[in-house]
Amino acid sequence: MTSLPDGTRVFPTTRPSVVEAVAGADADARSRAFATLVAVYWRPAYLHLRLKWRLEREDAEDLTQEFFARAMAQGFFEKYDPARARFRTFLRSCLDHLTANTRRDERRLKRGGGAAHLPLDFAGAEQDLALAGPPAADDPDALFHREWVRSLFTLAVESLRAECEASGRSVRYQVFARSDLDPVEGRPRPSYRELAEEFELPVTQVTNHLAWARREFRRVVLERLRELSGSEEEYRIEARELFGVTPP
Amino acid sequence: MTWMPDATVAHLRRVADWPDLPGDRLEVVEPIGQGGMGTVYRARDRALDREVALKVLRVELSSPEWASRLEREARILARLEHPGVVPVHEVGTLADGRIYYLMKLVRGQRLDEFARTVSLSEALRAILRVCDTVGFAHAHGVVHRDLKPSNIMIGAFGEVLVLDWGIARVAGVGEDAVALDLPQGRREDTAPGTVLGTPGFMPPEQAVGAIHLVDERTDIFALGAILKAVVSAVPGGDSPPRPLVAIWERAMAAQPAARYPTVRELSAELTRFLDGVPVQAYREPFLERIARVYGKYQTPILLVFAYLVMRLLFLVLRGL
Repeated sequence: MTSLPDGTRVFPTTRPSVVEAVAGADADARSRAFATLVAVYWRPAYLHLRLKWRLEREDAEDLTQEFFARAMAQGFFEKYDPARARFRTFLRSCLDHLTANTRRDERRLKRGGGAAHLPLDFAGAEQDLALAGPPAADDPDALFHREWVRSLFTLAVESLRAECEASGRSVRYQVFARSDLDPVEGRPRPSYRELAEEFELPVTQVTNHLAWARREFRRVVLERLRELSGSEEEYRIEARELFGVTPP
Repeated sequence: MTWMPDATVAHLRRVADWPDLPGDRLEVVEPIGQGGMGTVYRARDRALDREVALKVLRVELSSPEWASRLEREARILARLEHPGVVPVHEVGTLADGRIYYLMKLVRGQRLDEFARTVSLSEALRAILRVCDTVGFAHAHGVVHRDLKPSNIMIGAFGEVLVLDWGIARVAGVGEDAVALDLPQGRREDTAPGTVLGTPGFMPPEQAVGAIHLVDERTDIFALGAILKAVVSAVPGGDSPPRPLVAIWERAMAAQPAARYPTVRELSAELTRFLDGVPVQAYREPFLERIARVYGKYQTPILLVFAYLVMRLLFLVLRGL
């Protein structure tokens, strides 16, 4: 592969890393960073507990709450070293460690557990679990990664929708949602011509809207990914894994 | 938060930088590779009912500088009409503003893969074809600057194609240099100190970003490195013939002035080696010369030797 010129950034530089902020001294920034981490990771963490550790629903809910509460109170994430692992791997290891300790101590997983309750939609996650079908029990790490990507994309889509509504570009989002987000099982995705008829737009405008929305979606995902990465190297690797292609 | 099915996640990963081509003549089928600048897709041209390759600038590189580079690559390819250069069919802009170009879909093996399956002489003949192409480019004022085995494809019928001209430099060398008609200000778009190329295949002057020293001999260094890599890859290539080692050592000399001055001279050396005659880069010891001459004229030498032995026997027997 051809080397890039010195100084050329392959990916955009955006907001400061959430991973750094969550361990920083600024309480407000730490709180915002923590909220972002919870938004992205709570669902993968919950499903990880349900599928890898085979916890009952209530126990998994309690331990998810306890994990994030302890992480905030006891500064789990301050111990993260980007040179040793990806942040995602580190977070999952912390979760596994906490779960193993909880079992070893033979402490019953008390509902509530004294932890502050975060507004997490566990019922929705259970529905997701049912929709996803039988878990890939042979590879819980892959499941954690898959759920993390899903969370990342879902948050990016939400962000894109809000951005479009705020800037009077709802049609762009609607075309994108109709083309790329609607479930596809059992029927093909609509063609550009069908989308043009449905939205009463020229075909060229449909392709323009889609190109814009897809580019924005990608930008938002990469911004969020950068925030969530422990290092530039981790960010580049994750970005390539998300959107790259495998050379022949 | 709305549940996003696996199929939608997979679809979004695929379409986030999926090229939206104008019109419905072309259907993008699948990505088949990624280089430093662009992603290459296999596409179907519905009008002509054939498959083509579509190279699109990578989304994260969608700056004017990189767009200019890809456009420039397409123009260089279009001007270099040679069997060893992939023909370009058209260049254009996608709905999202990215530059793309369409070219012939190349099917075959990379040179390093090819070398593992053929004899030394077949591998050397392939390198000679690469030299022909590079020499043609030099005659048109173009220095490739990123020659390496993975940028050379061997087709099913033995055709040899040099790919990835993305960082080629228009050097304006040679009497018959042809202006590439590039937009003003884009004739040379690499700033001094910029390092472009691949370690192991780029000479010292390129590795330190000394742009003013980059010329035909930069490619000659790379051709020497390719020769070395390919000869090492062929079956039994772990003890290469000394003349070949001398050829690649001269091509890869640290000082540009010590290298072959032109690709044509490098080709001539390789041809001499294939023809079994002495190469200029290597002073042959007497015994090696005997062995080479014997190897080249083995049959007539054996016939003469057999004749002399028979004659001697005849004389000896008659004397008895």
